[in-house]
Amino acid sequence: MSGALIIGIVVIGLLILVGLWFLMTYNGLVGLRNQVKNAWAQIDVQLKRRHDLIPNIVETVKGYAKHESGTFEMVVKARSAAVSASGVQAQAKAEGELSGVLSRLMAIAEAYPDLKANQNFLALQEELSSTENKIAFSRQAYNDQVMIYNTRIQMIPSNIVAGIGGFTASDLFELQDEAQRAAPSVKF
Amino acid sequence: MWQAIHRNKIKSVILIIVMGMLLVVLGASIGGAIANGTPEGILGGVMISGIIWFIMTVIALTQGKNILLALSGAREVSHDDAPQLYNIVEEMRIAAALPATPKVFILESRAPNAFAVGTPMNAAVAVTTGLLSILSRDELQGVVAHEIGHIKNQDSRFMTIAGIMLGVIVILADIFTRSMFYGGMGRRRSGGSKDSGQLQLILFVVAIVLAILAPLLANLLYLACSRSREYLADASAAIFTRYPEGLASALEKISSSTLPLESANRITAPMYIINPLNKASGTNVVSLFSTHPPTEERIRILRTMASGAGLDAYDNAYGKVKGGRIIGSSDLRSAEVLELRGIKPPQADVNRPKQTREANDILLRLNKFNFVNCACGLRIKVPPAFAAPSVTCPRCGVKHDL
Repeated sequence: MSGALIIGIVVIGLLILVGLWFLMTYNGLVGLRNQVKNAWAQIDVQLKRRHDLIPNIVETVKGYAKHESGTFEMVVKARSAAVSASGVQAQAKAEGELSGVLSRLMAIAEAYPDLKANQNFLALQEELSSTENKIAFSRQAYNDQVMIYNTRIQMIPSNIVAGIGGFTASDLFELQDEAQRAAPSVKF
Repeated sequence: MWQAIHRNKIKSVILIIVMGMLLVVLGASIGGAIANGTPEGILGGVMISGIIWFIMTVIALTQGKNILLALSGAREVSHDDAPQLYNIVEEMRIAAALPATPKVFILESRAPNAFAVGTPMNAAVAVTTGLLSILSRDELQGVVAHEIGHIKNQDSRFMTIAGIMLGVIVILADIFTRSMFYGGMGRRRSGGSKDSGQLQLILFVVAIVLAILAPLLANLLYLACSRSREYLADASAAIFTRYPEGLASALEKISSSTLPLESANRITAPMYIINPLNKASGTNVVSLFSTHPPTEERIRILRTMASGAGLDAYDNAYGKVKGGRIIGSSDLRSAEVLELRGIKPPQADVNRPKQTREANDILLRLNKFNFVNCACGLRIKVPPAFAAPSVTCPRCGVKHDL
């Protein structure tokens, strides 16, 4: 065997190895990106669920606390703003505001003992607080996933593959309101 | 997180291989001892033990979940039966990013306990009514997070495979020692040459020693693995909830209960969050034969987690309480710092009578009781056998149609 042939084989072998590495890294990135998308879909499901719950809760509270109409209007307005918001940043902002108004509505409910004893209201309250928890947990899962994905596309050497394949960093879902960053409130 | 699970997987595969080798050697020496030390005998022993193991594993992996659930006497509940429990399971499924929501089961027992079985795609979480009646929502969330941690870390499947191997080893050793005791069947047949007789004697001694040691060794391996997986599930619970105190105070409450869980036995014991069989003794001494690490230690580790809720925080806390590491430093290089949840506003104390009533209501709903809410605030629970078309409220006398 001549020297040129050996060098040729080595070069071809190296090229194959690099090609394999490229393929595996690319596929890994696609997988991570899909996980980010899936995590976002989870948040979306829970946000929609909260939007669906709000009219029911407002109706139930209205039956007992008629003269709090100002708060009801704010809730309805914040809800429609959140429904129409699009994009991670805008949605996070609108949902943060909605959470603030909702917690005010639930605080009002505390002042009406009859309402607090209503089975229907109690069931709705558990659904709402659980949905708030689910939003918080899906946001947590989404942000963790985005962190892993973003780290991966910024690190050497996988950033080369990310650059060629057109992978871009995703936004974190952060709530603006500091009070909202605290624990989701849990009530029995 | 993922590296830790990967590392755990490697450890598990090694353990399975070691147990498999124990099984093969035991089968070979028993076969050899019985059949005069001929190669056919050795091969036959290996093959028979292998076939027994294979059949049992196939059954366990396809039907194991249902068998365990049936053994424990658990009953499935829907969202409408137990809204809060179901919601908590769903919350933790989201936090753990499991591909499917586990089925939720309830066990009728005053002993507080919980367990999980199945794979991430097809799992089940079961809690007792006693657990529902003594824990606050946050504590229940911690317990469910621990169980979801087991599912996420694939503990149930692994422990099933390892448990079956252990079972086969015990059975083989048992059959051999019994047959020796009653018949000495190997010896009677030894009429061949002096050489093969000697070989058989050696194999015989080896088989006896193995028959005594193998079950013991396999059991120790199995239990060591079971304990380390409990720690990892605790760490996972902290990651999912970002609130280790919830699980810590739940463990405190569960371990202070001395009520026995009637439906638990030695086979199902390692599944539970706290060993249901250790209750009576009241001791928390960890030995080589414990399925679970001492609860006090688990609580102390969770409460020492000050820096965050991540795996590294759990590992550091483990180091402070016990010394050494549980997860392994090589996994923590890329560990992200996970913030703990903020200090929560003080919440209402657990209302045990009310929660006990609610837990029992879940069972009544499962038993097809009809719930009628009267305007006077009374809730009438009508049994399914009640035949009349209407029921009168015993407090205010209003008639309700059924």
